[in-house]
This record gives sequence, C-alpha cells and structure tokens, in this order.
Amino acid sequence: MLLQIKDLHAGINGKEILRGVNLEVNAGEVHAIMGPNGTGKSTLASVIAGRELFDVTQGDVVFKGQSILEMPVEQRAREGIFLGFQYPVEIPGVSITNFMRTALNEIRKYRGLEPLSGAAFLARMEEKKKLVEIQTKLTNRSVNEGFSGGEKKKNEIFQMAMIEPTLSILDETDSGLDIDALRIVANGVNALRSADNAIVVITHYQRLLEYIVPDIVHVLYEGRIVKTGGKELALELEEKGYEWIKKEMEGR
Amino acid sequence: MTNAPLNDVSLFIRWFDEHLKTIGRNDVPRWRELRKQAIKTLETTGLPKPTDERWRNTDIAKQLSLPYEQHFEDFQKDLDVEKIFACEVPDLDTFLITMVNGWYAYRNSALRILPSGTIIGSLSRALRDAPELVEAHLGHYAKMEGNPFAALNTAFASDGIFIYVPDNTVVSKPIQMVNVVDHPENLFMQTRNLVIVGRNSHLELVHCDDSHNHTAGFTNSLTEVYIGENAGVDYYKMQNVNDHSTVLHSAWFNLQREARLNSYAISLNGGLIRNESFVTLNGQGADANIYGLYLMDKKQQTDNLVFVDHAAPNCTSSEMFKGILDDYAHGVFNGHILVRPDSQQTIAYQSNRNILLTDKARVNTQPFLEIYADDVKCSHGATVGQLDSEAMFYLRSRGIGEENARMLLMYAFAAEVVGKIKIEILRDRIDDLVKKRLRGELSICDQCVLHCSKPDQPVVFEIDMSKI
Amino acid sequence: MANEPNNILQEVTQSEYKYGFVTDIDTEFAPKGLTEDTIRYISAKKQEPEFMLEFRLKAYHRWLEMKQPDWAHLSIPAIDFQNIYYYAAPRKKPELESLEQVDPELLKTFEKLGISLEEQKRLTGVAVDAVIDSVSVKTTFTETLSKLGIIFCSFSDAVKNHPDLVREYMGSVVPSGDNYFAALNSAVFSDGSFAYIPKGVRCPIELSTYFRINAANTGQFERTLIIADEGAYVSYMEGCTAPQRDENQLHAAIVEIVALKDAEVKYSTVQNWYPGNKEGLGGIYNFVTKRGICKGNNSKISWTQVETGSAITWKYPSCILMGDNSVGEFYSVAVTNNHQQADTGSKMIHLGRNSRSTIISKGISAGRSNNSYRGLVKITKRAENARNFSQCDSLLLGDRCGAHTFPYIQAENKSSVVEHEATTSKISDDQLFYCQQRGIDSESAIGLIVNGYAREVLSKLPMEFAVEAQKLLSISLEGSVG
Repeated sequence: MLLQIKDLHAGINGKEILRGVNLEVNAGEVHAIMGPNGTGKSTLASVIAGRELFDVTQGDVVFKGQSILEMPVEQRAREGIFLGFQYPVEIPGVSITNFMRTALNEIRKYRGLEPLSGAAFLARMEEKKKLVEIQTKLTNRSVNEGFSGGEKKKNEIFQMAMIEPTLSILDETDSGLDIDALRIVANGVNALRSADNAIVVITHYQRLLEYIVPDIVHVLYEGRIVKTGGKELALELEEKGYEWIKKEMEGR
Repeated sequence: MTNAPLNDVSLFIRWFDEHLKTIGRNDVPRWRELRKQAIKTLETTGLPKPTDERWRNTDIAKQLSLPYEQHFEDFQKDLDVEKIFACEVPDLDTFLITMVNGWYAYRNSALRILPSGTIIGSLSRALRDAPELVEAHLGHYAKMEGNPFAALNTAFASDGIFIYVPDNTVVSKPIQMVNVVDHPENLFMQTRNLVIVGRNSHLELVHCDDSHNHTAGFTNSLTEVYIGENAGVDYYKMQNVNDHSTVLHSAWFNLQREARLNSYAISLNGGLIRNESFVTLNGQGADANIYGLYLMDKKQQTDNLVFVDHAAPNCTSSEMFKGILDDYAHGVFNGHILVRPDSQQTIAYQSNRNILLTDKARVNTQPFLEIYADDVKCSHGATVGQLDSEAMFYLRSRGIGEENARMLLMYAFAAEVVGKIKIEILRDRIDDLVKKRLRGELSICDQCVLHCSKPDQPVVFEIDMSKI
Repeated sequence: MANEPNNILQEVTQSEYKYGFVTDIDTEFAPKGLTEDTIRYISAKKQEPEFMLEFRLKAYHRWLEMKQPDWAHLSIPAIDFQNIYYYAAPRKKPELESLEQVDPELLKTFEKLGISLEEQKRLTGVAVDAVIDSVSVKTTFTETLSKLGIIFCSFSDAVKNHPDLVREYMGSVVPSGDNYFAALNSAVFSDGSFAYIPKGVRCPIELSTYFRINAANTGQFERTLIIADEGAYVSYMEGCTAPQRDENQLHAAIVEIVALKDAEVKYSTVQNWYPGNKEGLGGIYNFVTKRGICKGNNSKISWTQVETGSAITWKYPSCILMGDNSVGEFYSVAVTNNHQQADTGSKMIHLGRNSRSTIISKGISAGRSNNSYRGLVKITKRAENARNFSQCDSLLLGDRCGAHTFPYIQAENKSSVVEHEATTSKISDDQLFYCQQRGIDSESAIGLIVNGYAREVLSKLPMEFAVEAQKLLSISLEGSVG
C-alpha cells in the first residue's frame, strides 16, 4: 500500500477541519476526492504535503510503510509526494529551469543519485514540455510570474512530469481552466499514470473526471469521507448534486 | 511687545525671561515645565539651519531676518468680529471659532458647550476652566527635540483653540478654525491648538487660520490632535495667503486603536508655507490618510513634511501629495515612514507627484522609508515631470486649444487630491478655487475673509471641467 | 510550527565567514599614526615626484579641518586615526615576469579564494592586477594590452611612467577635499590600479583587480583611476575578500572614472570584506568614494556592485552626467547580516541634455543588520529632457533587521522626468512552502528566492564575474542570508 490515512484529525488555529479521515491508496490507482466547497479537500492535500499551517491533532499518515507526520515538507517531497497547487505562488526572478534543476538535484541527492548533467536535464525539460504542450522557452520565465491561470496549471503538471513522483495530489487542478487547457492538463496526467505510482485528484466538479478517469471516488463532507465508490459515483453526484449528500448525512 | 528680527536665539531667551509671567499666567504646571524645557532645547539647537536634515531645502533665514511685532498678551481692544469676518464658503454650515491676529476673538467669553457636549473655546480659557483635560494632553504629542519651531511655540504660545469632543459623540457639523490677520505692521504670531477627540467619536475640522492682509506676517502655529479609540477625524487645512506671508504649521496627530484620520493640506497661495504633519499610529488597526495639494507660482515655496510613525501593528497609512509649480516656485516634500520593530502587518504607502511648468521652477522630494519589521507592505513613489505630451496631443486632436488642454490636464492632476475631500460643499469650493488658481484668476481675496476686497467676478469656463 | 521560518532564518544566518584566514607574508610598515611626516615617508618610499607630495599634503591639511560625516544611517565607533598604520608593503617587492617568482604564500591565498592567477591567466584570459595590502605585486597580460596602447598597471607605476595622465586626471572627479574619507585617502593612499584606454580602442579583456586586506591594523587606502578616451570601451572588475580579524580595519578607497566622448566604462564590484562575527565584533569599515564623470557627449558609465561584506559600508558610486546624451547606471545588491550596517546607493547628477540614468538597488537585510539605500538624483537647469528611473527594493529576512530608503530628488528642469519607486517585502511562507514541496530545503529555497530577487542586478555583471558573484552571494545565501 502506498498511502494510508488513519483517523486523521487536523485543523487550523484550534478549529478542526478534518474530523477523522480514512483513506487507502495503492500503487497504480487513481483516486478522486470530491465534495462541496469548504469541506476540507484542500486541507487534506496540504496536510499530506506537510503544510505547517495546519495542526494534526489525531491519527496518522503512512506513506510507503512509514509515518510521515514528523517529516518536513521537503523530505516528503523527496520521498515521492507531489502536490499540484490550486493557487501556485509566483516567485519573481527565479527561472523555472533553475528552480526545477535545484529541485531535481536535491531529490536525486536524497536518493543517492548523481546530479543530472546540464545536457540531460535540458533534454528532459524539452521532453516533458511536450507532454503539456508548453511551447515557450521556460528558461527566461520566472516561476509562475505573469502566467495565466491555464499556464500555471500546465506548469504544475510539467513539474510533476519532471519530478516523477510516486504519489501525486492534484488540488483543484481543473479550476479556472477552459476546455482546451483542461484537455491538455488531463492528457498530461494520463500520460504519467503507471502501475508504480498513484494519483489523487481533488475536484469540485465531475468535468475533470471525464478526462482523468478515476478508479475510486470518495466524497469528503464536513471533514470526513462519507461515501466511496467507483467512477459511477461521480456521475451520480453530478446528477443529484451535493445537496443529495447533505440530505443523506442529515438524514442519518 | 517687541519689534525685532527673529534670527537671534538670545533675544528669545531674554524675552522669555522678561515675559514669562505674562505668557504663562494661566499655565498648568505641566506647561510651565515644558516651557522651560523648550527654551533650553532652543538654546542648544538654535533655529533651523540649511544643514539640518529637515530644513535642507527650505532656507528660512530671510524670513527670520525681517523685523516683526510680537505680543505676549492680547493687545487688541474690543473687537467686532462680525465686522471683519464672514465665512467665504457659502452654504458651509460650521461652528466657527475665530482668532484675530493670533488671539482668540472673544477673549472674555466662557468655553462654549455644544448640544452634543463638545466643548470649544480658547486654550487660555481651557487652562483655567478645564485644566485636567489640558494637562492630560498638552505637550504630550509634539516633540521639541529636532523641531526648533515646536520648541519656540511651546515656550511662547499662550493662546489658541481648544476643542474637546467627549466619548461616543459625533459633532453634527464641521468646526471651523480661522485666524484672521489684520494689522498694519508685520506680525509674528504663535498659536497653540489642542484637539481632543474621545472614543467612538467623530469630528470634522476645517482649519483656515491664515487669511492675511498684505503685510509680511509670520505664523508659527502648532496643533496637537488626540484621536481616541475607534474615533475619526477629518482635518482640512486651507492656505491662501499673500506672497509675503510665512506660515509654519505643524500638526501632531496621535491615533489610538482603530482610530481614523483623513488630513488634507491644500496650499493655493503664500510666500513660504510649511506644513508639518506628524502622525503617530499608536494602537492596532489605526488608519491615516494624508493628502496634500500645492499650486505655487512666482517665488512662492511650499514645504510639506510628513512623518508617519507606525508604532503599533496592523496599522495602515497612505500619503498622496501633488504639486504644480509655475514661474520660480519651489516645492519641497519630505516624507518619512517609520515602521518600528514589532509593528507587523503594516501597510504604508507614500506618493509625491510634481509637475514643473517652467525651467525656473524646482522640486525637491525626499520620500523616506525606515523599516524595522519584516511583515510589512511599504512602497513609495515620487515623480517629477511635465504634462503628458501624448494626452496633450490627444486632447488637441479633439479640437481643444493648447491652453485649455493644459488646463484640463493640470486640473485632472489636481482633481485626484480634491476628489478625496469628504465634505461636498467644501470639495466644490476647493475645486472651484483650484480651477481659478490654475487659470491665474485666483486672488488672495478669494478666500480671504477681510473686507478689503472687491466681490468676486463670476468665473466663466470655456469648457465644462467638471465633466472630466 | 508558526515560528518555523524564523528558525530557519536563524540557522541560515549563523554560519561563520568562510574566507577568514590570514596569509603569512612578511610586511613592512610605516610608523603608526598620521602626521605630515607619515605622508612624506609614504611619498618618499614610493619615490614620487614632487606634485604627488603636494597633492597629498594639500589633502592632509584639508582633512585636518574636516569632520567625519555623521549623516548616514550608521553607528560608527570612534576611529583612532593615530592608531593606524598608513603604509604596509610586502617586503619582497618583486619585479616579476612569471608566476614562479611570486611569493608562494600569496599564490596559496589566491588558490584558497579560487582565483589562482595561473587559472585566470590560462583559462579565462583575464588580466589580473593583484593587490595584496597596498602594493601591486603582479600584473599580467601587460604585453597584450600594451599592443593596443592600453595602459593597465599599478597606480605607483602610473605615477612613474605616465605622470602627465595622472596629473591631469587624478582628483578631477573626486577632488582631494571632496569628503572626509576622500581627503584621508588623497593624503595617504598607498597604491591601486590605473587604466587608460586610448581613443577608439575596445579593451578585449575584462580588467580585474583582487584586493585583499592582509596586515592587522593596516588602513587600506587604494586609489583607482580609469580613463576611457574618446570612443573607448572597457569593463573593469574589482573584487575583494578579507581575512578574519578581531580589530576593526579601516578601508577608505577612491575610484575615479573619466569617460570622454563616446566612451563607455563598466565597473563591477563584488565586495566581501570580513563583516565581523555574529556578535558584531571586528569587521572592515568600508568607506569608499567612487565617482565617474561622463565628460564627453554620448559617454556611458555603469556601476554594478554586489556587496555582501564589511561591518560598515559607506559607499555611493556616482555619475556626473556632463555630456549630452550621456548615460549613468547603478545596479546594486547589498546584503547585510548579523550586526552589519550598510548605507549605500548612488548619485546621478544630470548636467547634459538628454542625459539618462537608471538606479536599481536591491537590499537584503537579515539578522540584526541595518541596510539603507541613500541616493541623490539631481536634474540641473541645463539638463533638458533628462530622464531618471530609480527602483529601490528591500527584502527583510527576520524581524530584527532594518531596511531603509532615503532617496533625494532635486529637479530644476521642466522637461525632465524623474521616477522613483520602492517596495519592501519579505519572503512569503507560500513561496517557501512551494519550493519545499518540490523537494528543496528551506535554506536552498531562501537562496533561490533571494537570487531571483537579485537577478536583475546579477545579470549586469560580466560573465567572468557573475560566477564569482553568485558564489559569494551563495556563500552568504547558504551561510548567511539564504
């Protein structure tokens, strides 16, 4: 098992947002986590990645057999966890090339690998750029600076392709994308699917799941996963709306 | 009374010793103590020199070298204020307080208590009738160290205006403070004002203390304004005085938690005008907006000094000063934002924009930032330039004559400040004055309250500027 | 958890200065203290012509009447000018033709710095005029340069061999009584570099000098003079590191640049003098007067500096834009950490028509340091259509440091346009988290972000120097600021 979340409680400034999340993800799987706004989807992603803003009060997150709650963010990343941000931050003056090269080499160093040569690195950049149909030269562009919404999300998937993580958590990667950009982003993600890695797609809409077809769909509601099913669950949700979940929950 | 130039500190020291009894006849103990400190400060630092950082661009030596009459007590016999003064802003309904030649006009009247409980009157009366209120605030905010004129004022001033707004009080209409100068000789006047605004209260203050006749008057006035928790003050300073006048005015604002200040300094005419605004944001969440507009020509000079002290976290401040300088005029802006350690989450903005119309006009602008906290957003900008040539071309291509196009653009430039004025009648009036000033049609009689002037000629505009 | 970034900063800002080592070279001193005799001693020791002695003495007498400036946002401990050696020269004053003749200790020093002359000579084609303490020890590539008529030598040699040029231009940009430290330098300067690029010559290689303070209690008084004749071009690089010392050392250099008609001079500095230890003990006082004059029409002077060292920096590389259409530029990155203080910036004096100037200043403050930008833009009446753009940004790392901006703008011409912008910011938690999520640890992330912040300036450095600059910056990045 790649990822196992056990009764996870987490919050911010004493306010509990996650109230006992349980989740198991195996290599080769694509999971979708859906749910209405404000139910803790992004918090879950942040907590797995290690954002210090949130306090974990109970439960555990186990990745590749070991608990990662004590690991700093970068160590989790080096272990193979990738977070595709909902709102990627701008870093003025830092070129994407330099950024990715630093990241890749630090990850490689952690794994006992030699740094990539300049030529090998550039070749890899070129190859991965094609995956998300990035035409522009990235060398001169600063990380996310002046990027359109679509460019930012493509850039996230491009970085995912460069880093080749074992577990990717894509937080609302579809929000703010037009249909063309959505297709490109989804194609990129699909190309990166393999038997060795897993992807967790967090989304509010079913739309993305037409392009990235999940194996398992979860519904997160008020800090808990309240429903789990196959891809047909997403369709059902789309049809009945989140009101359905709410009613069902209240009905209990 | 004395009649002498002001450039000799030893004279001031002598006058102080000779006249302290008169000057300080109503003193509360605190003020007496401050006066002594003040004269000591003055003795050690002397009067401003061009080598002083805050005076490097304004040489005041010439103004100080003229002989002035100086009075240590009110020298005027029964005044009929109504005869010499009528407010020139039509329809502006205010509570009016008048000073004549630096002295409270109704010198024998008691403090006036408005229906809201607000107290207005002369400072000298307040010293007698409300000493504990005065004691709690007077001299608490103005710093004499490094400010020789504040020291001079503290040592010698004995009259001025006192306003007290109790807690939870919204003063129903603006209070207008006017200083009328009407004296055949050059006068040196020092007035001291104290404004105390209690918690959750609100006050609009219109300060036009500088209507002079044609003598070379020299005013050194100092106003301390305490703004209590969650209280708000809108402070309007309007200056339109003759070309020989020297006006130094320093305002010291002290804002408590969640307090708000909007301050406006509109300088339309004057020989040498120096406005100092010292704003201390003393409690979390305080917010200050400080605006200034100066339209100067001939050999006039304006000098705006704005010191904003972020002494508490989560405060915001914004400064916008704009100036148009014609002929030989000289504009000076000294901005200084200080963000103290631990004043985190500060947002401070500072802007000074200038337009030079001739090659003889000049500008010195010094927008300083001094920052000791890291989680802050501070920025400043300063520009000196001319009217945008592309905009000029655009207007002219629409058939607007060059002169009018210039006027329109200058007006638009000034309108950004004027537009911030909250009292509508006042805004319209200043708007009108700015238009006239830019057209060269403004005389000092326009805002002047003396009855020596001819009535205004109606102003006709070729194009309707209000549509811009 | 919320304190995390602060902890990181603390960690990052606490590593020791990496270039703190002392080279053991036999040094000859002038007697301690400053009198007319000291000056005569220096002048005699250097076998100077009479005009030099007069220049020095005049400056000395001016200096006696002057006061140490106190207007900068600096707290400068009292300096005992009588407790300083004003002259120190390596005793083995060599006439060297090859590197073998150089003191092996010296070569080691350069190797430690990663700038061995040999490497430089063989690989990079950079001519190096290496100055240890005050006397020029070794000059390379002189022959190559002399074929083009370019003079690049120590200041002393220039006095001997090109007295007319020295006489004409020395003190013409920075008069001997310009300011307190300039007067001091003019009185006692020991040596420095001299470059003259003749008419129409484009200097094919970067001229470079590495300075190094080496003897305890030795004031350093370098003097550099660069003259670009009509249509000439030169790029000059100055870099310095200093060994660790507990006593403060005074460094008061002068750099003068003259650009005649159509000439262009690029002057780049990487400054990494010993900044003192974490408690603020020791470190160099760097009080430097650098000024260039764009004397002819269409001339250009460009200053680029990366300032990471010194306990106290007082330095304002400036341009007098006298020629019509002349251009002045100032690009600066200044890093202060621990108890360092810097008050630095530029002056652009516009005299010529259509003269243009640009000021880009990036300040980075960490620890308990104070970092000030101070700049003057003056547009005189004659400077029609003059343009200035200034941008002065500050980055604060930690909540115990200060970042200040003191711009002075004086405009006397209506057709001029002067624009000044400044912002203050910190590294946001979001940026740090983003980098960390990609596997970059916080220290490298801060380094990366700071480098990005300074990129605009770093990109102005010559290629040969950019590496060195980045290395020096990243030493402060990995070891001091992130």
